Amino acid sequence: MTVLAIKGLNVSFSTGDGDLRALRDVSLEVPARGIVGVVGESGCGKSTLINAVLGLLADNGRVDGGSILFEGRDLTRLAPAEMRALRGPGIATVFQDPMGALNPVLSIGRQMRDIQYRSPLGRSEKDARSAEFLRRVRIPDAEAALARHPHEFSGGMKQRVAIAMALMMEPSLLIADEPTTALDATLEVATIDLLKELQEQIGCSVLFISHHLGVVAELCDDVVVMYAGEVVERGSARQVFNTPRHPYSALLLECDPARRPERARRLPTIPGSVPDPRRRPEGCVFAGRCPRRVDACRAPQGERAMEPGHMARCHLAEAG
Amino acid sequence: MLIYAVKRLGLAVVIVSLAMLLLFSMIYLIPGDPAAVALGPRATEAMREALRVKMGLDQPVWVQFWNFFRGAWTGDLGREVLSDRPVARVVMEQLPHTLALIAGGITWSVALGIPLGCWAAVNRGGWSDRIVGVLSVAVIAVPSFVVAIYALLVFAVTLRWLPAIGAGPPGDPGAQLLHLILPSLAVGLGWVGYIARMVRASMLEVLEEQHIRTARAFGLPERRIIFRYALAIAVPPTVTLLGVGIGQMLSSAVFAEIVFARPGVGKLVYDSILTRNYPLVTGAVMVTTVLFVLINLAADLVVGALDPRVRGRL
Amino acid sequence: MSAAGSDLPGAGRLPTSARLLRSVRRVAREPLGALGLVLVAAMIGGAVFADILTAFEPNRISPRDRFLGPSFGHLLGTDQLGRDLFSRVLHGGRIALSVALLSTAVSLAIGVALGLVAGYGPRWLDNLMLLLFDSIKSFPTVMLALALVTLFGPSLTAVVVVVVLVNVPGYARIVRTRTLSIKESEFVDAARSMGAGTARILRTHVTPNVIGPLLILASMDIPVVIAIEAGMSFLGLGVRPPTPSWGAILNDGFAAIRDTPWIAVAGGLPIILTTLGFTFLGETLRDVFDPRLKGRG
Repeated sequence: MTVLAIKGLNVSFSTGDGDLRALRDVSLEVPARGIVGVVGESGCGKSTLINAVLGLLADNGRVDGGSILFEGRDLTRLAPAEMRALRGPGIATVFQDPMGALNPVLSIGRQMRDIQYRSPLGRSEKDARSAEFLRRVRIPDAEAALARHPHEFSGGMKQRVAIAMALMMEPSLLIADEPTTALDATLEVATIDLLKELQEQIGCSVLFISHHLGVVAELCDDVVVMYAGEVVERGSARQVFNTPRHPYSALLLECDPARRPERARRLPTIPGSVPDPRRRPEGCVFAGRCPRRVDACRAPQGERAMEPGHMARCHLAEAG
Repeated sequence: MLIYAVKRLGLAVVIVSLAMLLLFSMIYLIPGDPAAVALGPRATEAMREALRVKMGLDQPVWVQFWNFFRGAWTGDLGREVLSDRPVARVVMEQLPHTLALIAGGITWSVALGIPLGCWAAVNRGGWSDRIVGVLSVAVIAVPSFVVAIYALLVFAVTLRWLPAIGAGPPGDPGAQLLHLILPSLAVGLGWVGYIARMVRASMLEVLEEQHIRTARAFGLPERRIIFRYALAIAVPPTVTLLGVGIGQMLSSAVFAEIVFARPGVGKLVYDSILTRNYPLVTGAVMVTTVLFVLINLAADLVVGALDPRVRGRL
Repeated sequence: MSAAGSDLPGAGRLPTSARLLRSVRRVAREPLGALGLVLVAAMIGGAVFADILTAFEPNRISPRDRFLGPSFGHLLGTDQLGRDLFSRVLHGGRIALSVALLSTAVSLAIGVALGLVAGYGPRWLDNLMLLLFDSIKSFPTVMLALALVTLFGPSLTAVVVVVVLVNVPGYARIVRTRTLSIKESEFVDAARSMGAGTARILRTHVTPNVIGPLLILASMDIPVVIAIEAGMSFLGLGVRPPTPSWGAILNDGFAAIRDTPWIAVAGGLPIILTTLGFTFLGETLRDVFDPRLKGRG
């Protein structure tokens, strides 16, 4: 059973000087109760992917190809009101920046009550439910916390409040957009553990966006590697981390400080930069920076399957 | 918050003191002998001398300034020339009329300006945004005294919908309210534009903030996001603008009081200049300046109190 | 100051007239800018060619022609002394324009000088001047005008002084802020290391960088200046009768508003159209040439 199935998704933005293709032929699946991690450098299209799923693309953005099936319904064809009905109870989101993700002038309780606006419960029952979820994310003195404003919480607490808000919706899919990036290492581990624990209690699926490979390896069942708006490799966490088939994935793993055997003086970085999305190369998008580049890279690259569930967008993948 | 308030208050005191100094130097520089002016041509030299002593004009400059300064801080603005009544009391009698006028102007310009600015921001780039933009610029540009005269001409003289003159009989709030409509229209019109512009700009900024995306991601209705989540953040900065704008509103109020023959501080100053009643002029200018500084102070403190982030930090 | 203006980067490559023409085209492309240009051109044209456009003397009293309504002979009618209002409106434009130009030029000169001193001078002087600007600004404009008139008596000088006092703090502040940032910049450092003195740095580096945005701001303040002149003349505190000023015409009309409303209309209309014209023009100038200034009110 698949909760979210994205197939061949294309997204572009119209800008002053021409169209900008932000996502190209993106496919991925999130199984029921599964946790899928999306990794890639900043600017690889992770945020656009989330916005496309949520139907919150900027005014100049549009889906021009492909489908986003959520519980069997194509989100790209839903009317705005239908889409809005799904946001929250169907798909709930935890955003990256705990500082800015909560409204600064409304109390936590008010915001938690507001997002339950569809519920028939009375005001005090809603507040009780908010307090219960705050307790589940281990906010001390939950009832009193409801009366407080976001600035009275630490960054880690704010992120837990955001998680409580998302889980209170009891969604079928939770999107977590780099939920730990702004936190320090100890808080990060605690937040990940909490997320995993609550996901098991509620039984939702998770689409987990991160550029922190260690976290993804620990938390996720499946991994999707994105580069310049394309999915370059996809497979189970074990497959991708143990036998990366795309040169980009391999380099990304090499760069990850947590995975390096000894402490190096300098972290290796991938030379070069992401291609301009307005002048996308015809062949492999990574060819410009790839250490194993050959002439065949100039041809368009399709997805190649190595084992069941493991694919890479590279002509070298079959050989490796 | 307390430190902030104290600092802000200190600045206000300094500004008022400097304003007093400027005002005093201006009076001191006025050509001619105030006593002679006040008593008219038929007064004898002895009478003039007596008045000069009474007004303290025979003392050295710095003593005069010190007396003026000390008096002003303790609410003693001297006595007016014609009827020998305390200036402070005469000004205070007129002040409520002016304050009512300004309050009227603020009320209707806020009531119209906030929704207009909000509407323009939500329809950013659309035709409604353009119309609000052009109208805002236009009403800001047109001087309030022209608005006052045209309003008088159209609504009071030609259409006869509203009374033209005075503030209405005392003790008749209904009539007083009717008399307030046209003058406050003139005082507030430009402010509709200022507020609409300000609210639009600040709304656009807030709508880009991350927490608005969070609210949308939870499927909150757009109307609720705008009115409850965005407006609550976008409006407080406009309060500061209002504080600064009180000075301009006072200016417009002077014209409105003269055009509509309304009692008030503006009309008082104007009439006192025509009758060369200088103590009354300086006293009224002093009171309005202090009022202006106080309102600015209050606006800053209100903004501080409205924003829980500021409230928490200070 | 105009000499300093020619030090602007890029200046001198094109003749001034060609640059001016190009700027005018850019402004005229915006609908609002075009409207502003038309209104301003009409006002300036009317003021300059007032003697050609109308046969009537603005101050000729003609008791037989008192309170005539608008007609083909008297386009805007006549006032209580039988003077032709159209002629008075056109000549009133001269007063408005010359007051606007004169007082803006004086305000700019003083504002630039004070701003440079505050920005480049010692810290205590800077603070003192800021405090002074704040306290001048803390007088409501009309109260300032009324207080000053008691000092000078009603006259054009009083109008100019009021405008200067109202405008200078704002200009000086802008100049000060920009001076402070330019003072720290690399090219001034370089100039100083090459032995340039303070006066030379101010003249060749700071002033040209400050003057452009200031001119745009000044152009946006012109409608305010026109309103101040008209307002003071309306109160009888500006130009003396019988000089034709729009504010004075408006006052004549106000006195007779019940029976002969066209006099008030004739006095108010040019004020409205001119302030609108200059405002639309100024806003477009700012949006086209220096959108950063938008934050300032």
